[in-house]
Order: sequence, then C-alpha cells, then structure tokens
Amino acid sequence: MPEFFHRKIERNAIGFVLAIVAVASIGGFVEIAPLFTIDETVEEAPDMRLYTPLELAGRNIYIREGCYACHSQMIRTLRDEVERYGPYSLAVESKYDHPMLWGSKRTGPDLARVGDKYSDAWQVAHLINPRDVVPGSVMPKYGWLMRNELRMGDLGEHLAAQSTVGVPYTQAMIDEASKDAYAQATPDSAGTAGLTERYGEATQVRAFDGDAARVTEMDALVAYLQILGRLTEVAYAKSEPAGE
Amino acid sequence: MVSQLTLSERQYALVILVLAALCGLAMAAGGRGDPLGVHGIIVMIYSVALAFVVMAGYYTPKPDPERLSHYYDDPTKFGIVLTMIWAVFGMFFGVWVAALLAWPDLTFDAAWASFGRIRPVHTTGIIFGFGGNALIATSYHVLQRTSRARLPDQLSPWFVLLGYNLFCILAVSGYFIGVTQSKEYAEPEWYADIWLVVVWVVYFLIYLRTLARRKEPHIYVANWYYMAFILVVAILHIVNNLAVPISWGSAKSYSLFSGVQDAMTQWWYGHNAVAFFLTAGFLGMMYYYLPKRAGRPIFSYRLSIISFWGITFFYMWAGSHHLHYTALPQWVQTLGMSFSVMLLVPSWASAGNALATLNGAWHKVRDDATLRFMMVAAVFYGLATFEGSFMAIRPVNSLSHYTDWTVGHVHAGTLGWNSMIVFGALYALVPWMWKRPAMYSPKLVEVHFWLALAGAIVYVFAMWNSGIIQGLMWRTYTENGTLAYSFLETVEAMHPYYIARAFGGLLFLIGAVVCSYNIWMTIRQARSDLVRQKEDADVPLFARDAVQAGE
Repeated sequence: MPEFFHRKIERNAIGFVLAIVAVASIGGFVEIAPLFTIDETVEEAPDMRLYTPLELAGRNIYIREGCYACHSQMIRTLRDEVERYGPYSLAVESKYDHPMLWGSKRTGPDLARVGDKYSDAWQVAHLINPRDVVPGSVMPKYGWLMRNELRMGDLGEHLAAQSTVGVPYTQAMIDEASKDAYAQATPDSAGTAGLTERYGEATQVRAFDGDAARVTEMDALVAYLQILGRLTEVAYAKSEPAGE
Repeated sequence: MVSQLTLSERQYALVILVLAALCGLAMAAGGRGDPLGVHGIIVMIYSVALAFVVMAGYYTPKPDPERLSHYYDDPTKFGIVLTMIWAVFGMFFGVWVAALLAWPDLTFDAAWASFGRIRPVHTTGIIFGFGGNALIATSYHVLQRTSRARLPDQLSPWFVLLGYNLFCILAVSGYFIGVTQSKEYAEPEWYADIWLVVVWVVYFLIYLRTLARRKEPHIYVANWYYMAFILVVAILHIVNNLAVPISWGSAKSYSLFSGVQDAMTQWWYGHNAVAFFLTAGFLGMMYYYLPKRAGRPIFSYRLSIISFWGITFFYMWAGSHHLHYTALPQWVQTLGMSFSVMLLVPSWASAGNALATLNGAWHKVRDDATLRFMMVAAVFYGLATFEGSFMAIRPVNSLSHYTDWTVGHVHAGTLGWNSMIVFGALYALVPWMWKRPAMYSPKLVEVHFWLALAGAIVYVFAMWNSGIIQGLMWRTYTENGTLAYSFLETVEAMHPYYIARAFGGLLFLIGAVVCSYNIWMTIRQARSDLVRQKEDADVPLFARDAVQAGE
C-alpha cells in the first residue's frame, strides 16, 4: 500500500521537492527555534562585560589563524575536564560570541579559561616559538604576529556590525573604538581613562607584547587570550562551594 | 567547448562574464587594502580568462541541430578533469597538514602555511572541490540517462560547474590570506556564500527543467538523492551563513547567531553537510553506477524508499550529538543522540541494498577493480554509519569527542566511502564518456584500488589508536585521585600515530595520482582515435552516440 502511494509521488517532481523540504525541515526547526525562546537556555550574568576593541581584534586574529581547529573553548560537565581546565562552561559565557568558538578538536588544550593563567611574556614567547617554552608541543610558530602592526582603523565598523547582530555596544564605544584599542595596548597614553570608563575598571591595560611603542597583532591576540573565561565570574561563583 | 553553444548562448555567456568581471572590479575597488580586494582581482581574472575562451570560439560554426538527439556530456567530461585536479590538490594538503602534527616546523614560518590556515584548504579542497565536482559531473550524467532527456540548454550546466569552481577558488585562496568565518565546513565569507546561492539556484533549475522533459514516468532513486542533496544543502547553507558584513568593502562579517544558538545552528549545518553533501549525493552516485557496473537491478525498491526518507528525516535531528556535555540544553542533546542511533536503520538499509545488489555478480567484484571500489565503498559506508551512531551515544562521546577518534571516523567516511565510490564511478564513467572500450590501464586501476584500501585502513587504525589512547589518558587518575597525565604527555604519546596517519594519507594520495594519470591517458587515447577516424573520413560517425535508454 505505501508503495502505491510512493509510486505516485515519484512521478511528480514538484511534489517530491516539496516533500523533501517538508520532511527535512522538521528536525532543525524543533531543535533550534526553542533555543531562542526558552529563557533557561542562557543563564543570567549581570556582571558580564563586553570584549574591548583590542580583544575583539585579537579574537578575529584567533579566527583568522584557525586556532579553533585545535583548541576548544568549551569545558564539558565531566570531572576530569573541570579538574584540568576549571569550572564547566556556561552558555552565558559565549552569549556575545558571534560566532561561537567552542571548537571540536583538542590537538592542544582547551582555552575557555586560559585568561590570567600565564603571563603576557609567556604567551608572547609561546606564540613566537611554542617549543621554546613547551618542548614537545606540536603548535605552529606565529612569529608574524609580532611583526604585523594591528589594523585598527576599521574597528568602529566592527563594533557597529557587532551591535547590529545584538551585542550591546554603545555609540560612544563604536565612535572611540580605534582610540580605545590603541589605548589598551599603550599604558600611560591619554585614552586609557576613557577606555576604563567605557569597559570597566577591570579592563587590562598593558603593553601585551612587551613593546609599548607599537600596537601589533600580538598585542591584540594576547589581550584576547588573557580575557578568556574572565568576562563574567558567574561560572566560578557557581562552583565555589565545591572548593575551587 | 564553445562550439556546442548556440549563438545566443555564446552572447549570454559573454554578458554573464562581463557582469562577473565588473563585480570583480567593484570588489577590487571597494576592498582596496582588504582581502576582499584580492578576491575581486581573482574574480576578474577568472571571468576575463573565460571570456577569452568564449571569444576565441565565438565564430566557430553553429552547432548541428542534430545534437539535440544526443545527451550533452561536455560539462561532465570537464567536471571529471576538475574532480581529479581538486583530488590531488586537496589530498596533497591533507598529507601536508597531517605531517605538520608530526613535524610542526614544516610551515617554514610562513603565515599561509600554518596548520590553522591549510587545514580548511584540505577540508574544503576535498569536500567541496573533489566531492562537489564529482557530484555535479556525475549528476549531469545520471540525470540525463535516467530521465532519457538531454540537459535543457548548453549554457546553464557550464554556469553551474564553472561558477561552483569559482566559489571553491575563493574559499581556498581566502584561507591562505586569512579570510574565514571559522564555522567548520562553512568557512567562506559572505560574498562567496551569496555567490554559491546563485549557482545553486541555477543547479536546482537544471534539475527541475530536465525532469520536466523526462521520457520516463518515474523519477529514479538516484535522482531523489541528488535532489535532496541540492535542496537541503541550500537550506543549510543559507541559514548557517546568515551574517552581517562590517562594510561593503570588507571581507569580514559577523554571524547573526551567537553562543549556544550559534553552536546548535553550526552543528545542525555541519552534521547535515555530512548527511546531504557527503551521503545523499554520493548515494545517488552509488544507486546508478553500482547496478550499472554489476549488471544487476537494485535489490529492493522498498528498501530504497525506507532508506531515502529515513535519511532525509532522521539526519536533520542528529547534529546536536556534536555538543554532548556542553552548555547546550540536555533535551537537545538527548534528541540528537536518539535520532543518531535510529539513523542506523536507514543507513544500513542503503548499505545492505547495495551489497545485496551484488548477489549474482560477486565474480565480477573479484575480477573488476572498478566494481570492487564500489563494493568497498558500500562496506565502509556501513561501518562508518555504525561507528557514527555508536559515537553519538553520550557516554561513548565523552571519550571520543575532541580526540582523533572523530577524525578517524570522518576519514573512514571520506576515504573509505566517498572517495571509493567516486573512483569507482569515474572508472566506469570515463570510458563511456570518451567512447573507449575500457580504461587505458586496468592494471593501474587495480594498483590504485590496493593503494587506496591500504591507505584508508592505515589511516583509520592510526586514528582509532591515537584517539582512544588520548581520550583515556585525559581521564586517567592516579591512586591519590589526581589527574595522571599532563596535557603535553598526551600530545607526545600521539607522535607515532601521527606519522602512521600521514603515511596512510600518502598512500591514498599516490593512488589518486595514479588515477589521474590513468584517466589522462584514456582521454589521450580517445583523442588520437578521433584523429585517426577523421583521417579515414569515410567511416560514418553519426548515430554512434545517439540517445539510448539508460546508456
């Protein structure tokens, strides 16, 4: 009997096309649409702060170099992962990540909470030649990050596009984006006061690459790495009773 | 090539190419100082070069109206050549990227050669370059034979084939210069994505227009799969790539989705790229070339129906198994796991249907390496889908996820199933297309078969070992209740397996080179035949390749 029915629809190209679209659409719709509507999907984190322009530029370098191909940013709810990397990742922690960088492979360790784990100098040395500080590492060298000046002129456009997709950057943040990026990597410069006013007192202002005279791609990437896992404390607060 | 286009088609071709060149010019001007400008120049060069080809053939005599009683196979032939170019290119980068994990200094401190940039060159080169061209080339061939109808015109098939390759070139060249969205298997940026949508709509219309002119009342199973491939890939591609560019003069865009919603959308896309690009399309290939080569009808029509609708329905739920134990809500993970396990039924229905079709033809499998490629493909398809369902079970996934086991699983599919079915189909198709009784060297087909099989097995075993060992080391505790191994110790333990994996990949690459040589020599033989025939001009040529039912 079903065969008869099928023999009919396989004679009708348009009908067949519509059937494929209908059958294939159900699964994705049921699984994805509720994620936007069910409130519990993403936790509340009132202390959540935004990426500064320099950190966002660093994030884009992380994407450009394909770091996500070997490093996840998603600590699973498994005992060994929590002990190795820190409290398991919460959905809210990547709420402003367009796109997310949860990753799918750990050729290198998870980086969700690598912020503040190593010094800037260690990060710089490691990126220039990983085997200088971690013999046995199979990570590539990223020497050009130190050689390339950071492109900062269009950071306002970046923040504006981020705000279009839902990240709450203010107009002042968008207008001052390039200056803020410069200020964050140049301590004692005139712009640092405005930067901390816009992004909070906790904003790290340092010559991340060790050279205050230039703003390099290394500055941006290290600034980004040092903020990973530190945008909100909500995950640490949750796990505190267990004795973090 | 151009001589088969009608005069108006030649004019349209020129108009399209001029428009494309102007688009390239606009991108180059608007994107000065940005990677977008580089891509503008690539688009311009590509369009202008093709415009020269069209102009060079513009005044060739009009095509014979008698052509309409034949199938139109020129795009298929060119697509076969492109398939093999991308195969060698993509596999070469695969071996390189594998070697980087064993010898990390093989990047020569060049940004374009670092692991994170050439890894997507490998994946895109293989999935979209090699796989995509094979799908387009074979779909044109299968569609015409199973519909007993010629493609609707001579221009749109070329538009799809060459437009698609432009997309692949933009994608791959982009990674070298740092253009990527970071979404796995959807790395190309917004302008390349928009271009692919245009190409894809035309591709879909070719399908509908040809089917509308079919002389067979029923649409054959292979075409169900090719249609599902075209339609669902369009849906996935459009939704997952929704993004806001930072300006019209920049290659950079930001995804519309973030965090957990983005993760779910990405893996809904990612897993179904496997389902509808790497499974549905290739099953279409299998459902035509395997029974043709075996000389046996498909074992069961009912099984084809069950497996087709099962795959179309179940796969779309399975993507969340990529996100077990993450911040994705548990109910979505559970749905993904359940449907992944159920997927085994339609998957094995397909694999079983293919193998049962060979009943009565096993002596051919023994003697004919071409058919053996297809048989091994069906076996690997069955193994990989079993492994996939198994790995989607949450506790199994806690061990396998983030390790090389996943990489090994994917390659059981791509090396064992996708590549093998493509090679089998090409070895059947090339002699048909170039009117030769057989491939240039059946011995080399045999050599290729054993190289490919050995390469795939070495690769998969190496990754099983490394993946399971690393997964276990990560979770091993000492007697005192502390983690037993530092991360670095688990990396160092991978070294021998990474060398073995690169070696397995190298065997596979050598096989692909052997295949390219064999195909090339077959084409050359066909050409010298043609010259000889022209010399003996009294041999009648017409009616030799007239339209026949099912080739």
